[in-house]
Amino acid sequence: MAQVTLSNVKKVYAGGVEAVKGVSFDIPDGGFCVLVGPSGCGKSTLLRMVAGLETISHGEVAIGERVVNQVEPADRDIAMVFQNYALYPHMNIYDNMAYGLRNRGTPKDEIDKRVKEAARILAIEPFLERRPRQLSGGQRQRVAMGRAIVRKPQVFLFDEPLSNLDAKLRVQMRVEIKKLQRALGVTAIYVTHDQVEAMTLSDKLVVMNAGQVEQIGLPAEVYRKPASKFVATFIGSPPMNILPGAVDGHGIVALGDAIIEVRDLREDLAVQAPVEVGLRPEDVEIASEGQAGSLPFDVEFIEELGATQLFHGKLAGQPFVMQAATGEVAAQEGRLWITVDPDKVHVFDPKTGARLGKG
Amino acid sequence: MVEDRRMGDLIAYVILTIGVLIVAFPVWLTFVASTWDASTVINGEMPLYPGPYFLENYKRILFVGTSSTTREPVAVMMLNSFIMAITIALGKIFISVLSAYAVVYYRFPFRMAAFWIIFITLMLPVEVRIFPTFKIVSDLNMLDTYQGLAIPLIASATGTLLFRQFFMTIPDELLEASKIDGAGPFKFFKDTLIPLSMTTIAALFVIQFIYGWNQYLWPLLVTTKDSMQTIVIAIKKMIVTADALTEWQLAMATAMLAMLPPVFVVIAMQRLFVKGLVETEK
Repeated sequence: MAQVTLSNVKKVYAGGVEAVKGVSFDIPDGGFCVLVGPSGCGKSTLLRMVAGLETISHGEVAIGERVVNQVEPADRDIAMVFQNYALYPHMNIYDNMAYGLRNRGTPKDEIDKRVKEAARILAIEPFLERRPRQLSGGQRQRVAMGRAIVRKPQVFLFDEPLSNLDAKLRVQMRVEIKKLQRALGVTAIYVTHDQVEAMTLSDKLVVMNAGQVEQIGLPAEVYRKPASKFVATFIGSPPMNILPGAVDGHGIVALGDAIIEVRDLREDLAVQAPVEVGLRPEDVEIASEGQAGSLPFDVEFIEELGATQLFHGKLAGQPFVMQAATGEVAAQEGRLWITVDPDKVHVFDPKTGARLGKG
Repeated sequence: MVEDRRMGDLIAYVILTIGVLIVAFPVWLTFVASTWDASTVINGEMPLYPGPYFLENYKRILFVGTSSTTREPVAVMMLNSFIMAITIALGKIFISVLSAYAVVYYRFPFRMAAFWIIFITLMLPVEVRIFPTFKIVSDLNMLDTYQGLAIPLIASATGTLLFRQFFMTIPDELLEASKIDGAGPFKFFKDTLIPLSMTTIAALFVIQFIYGWNQYLWPLLVTTKDSMQTIVIAIKKMIVTADALTEWQLAMATAMLAMLPPVFVVIAMQRLFVKGLVETEK
């Protein structure tokens, strides 16, 4: 168990391409940190630098008290689960799990104990004699986890471990990973591009974009108060609506003809300054026609999701999506009047994408 | 429909049978000729069924040899051929696995240059570089030795290319998982790469063994002693064109014997061999 600290970590490839542009954060002992971002944002590179599979161009990575920049992957006391599992196809499941321990000279009976223990935890005992190719995707995934567990590492590293599984299994394994990590109390770093995994697994969410950290925080915090337009649209499904608007006074922005109140808005902004207004599809409430502060929303079509419905249409001339529990709103096209809670309006700088909040 | 399919099957069988007969008939003829006595074969009235001299002919050729042309029993030549073929096959596998490993997994200066130099040797088989190669072998006093027979034929790029292509299909994560599991370069090679390459190795072994066994030109050049000659050369020597009487039944028996080891190798390794050539699943 150990804390992981990254200080100004950079990755510069030959040719000058900066894949990771100076990232600093730390993960407390036993924490579950998820790195999330679109492909190519540098999240995997960052993870691989922690693992020791990529050299660190600049900055420091420390596991516990020890700076590991120059330490071999095998000696960093980490275990990694790969996207394609990377099981040794020619070894049976037992050997797959035991291989790392054998290489470091763990006594035979200790290896046996640990492998059996891991197999029991992961319910893969019946497969120990089989080869990876004889197992299903979910079972291989467990073996990959088992290979990580038996080493009793200080840090688990997960590189999109669930993306090769089907949707149902993914949800199931997601829960299992979280349970397991809690039970073992091992610090974990988990890379994914799936925002649902990111939200559900993390107790520290790091949103990355183009080699930089956009926001670090608790998942709920990141969701409720996104630090940038990028985070706002990346986290949450369906994504947040972004509408062009303008400042109309203290705590007021104009959206076309309508004006709405905003609680979290910087006060030094000039009137008429252009801004972008973010509204989450589920943060919209139905109002009666002509109610003060209500906005007209022209519904064009409706998507059924079972428990909820998505209303697609136009608000102030811009595409807009609203989400409502099924039955709450009459599912028909035409004009609706909506209001938004001033606490749930997000305002961003149209140029930089930064949140224009109070601080 | 059922009728049609039967017709189709029948036609397929007929065509296949004709093909097999065309290929097999000369082999059968060779076998038949090796079981008669010299005069029956020579006078052109040899029947198409085996004769009574099977044991006699084979015993004589294996342990005594022909009277004038080769002067050594064929058993010795088979041993020579076998040593040459197996050295070429194993040597080539050894060298090409190692060089492909280096080219694929190590980043060293002039790596691609090294690869291309290996690659262009494909254009320089023994036949092309025969004089310089002969000169080197003779300067190294390797004429009439097994080393001289085998080593120049080991050097070629086919195996390196085959293994390079195979290694490149092995996912990088396997190497990374090995690194995290504490396996160094040699351990990764021994514990992961070699076991995964077994079918490819088997395929290369079969091809190279037969390639080595069938060598004609090179052994003809570097062997002068009777005791070093290979079986393929011996067959040629036995078929005399002038002055002497060709002992056809013995030449044919030698040809039959020369066919056996490659056939055994193919049969023994058939399963692995086919897998190695067609299997892509890792």
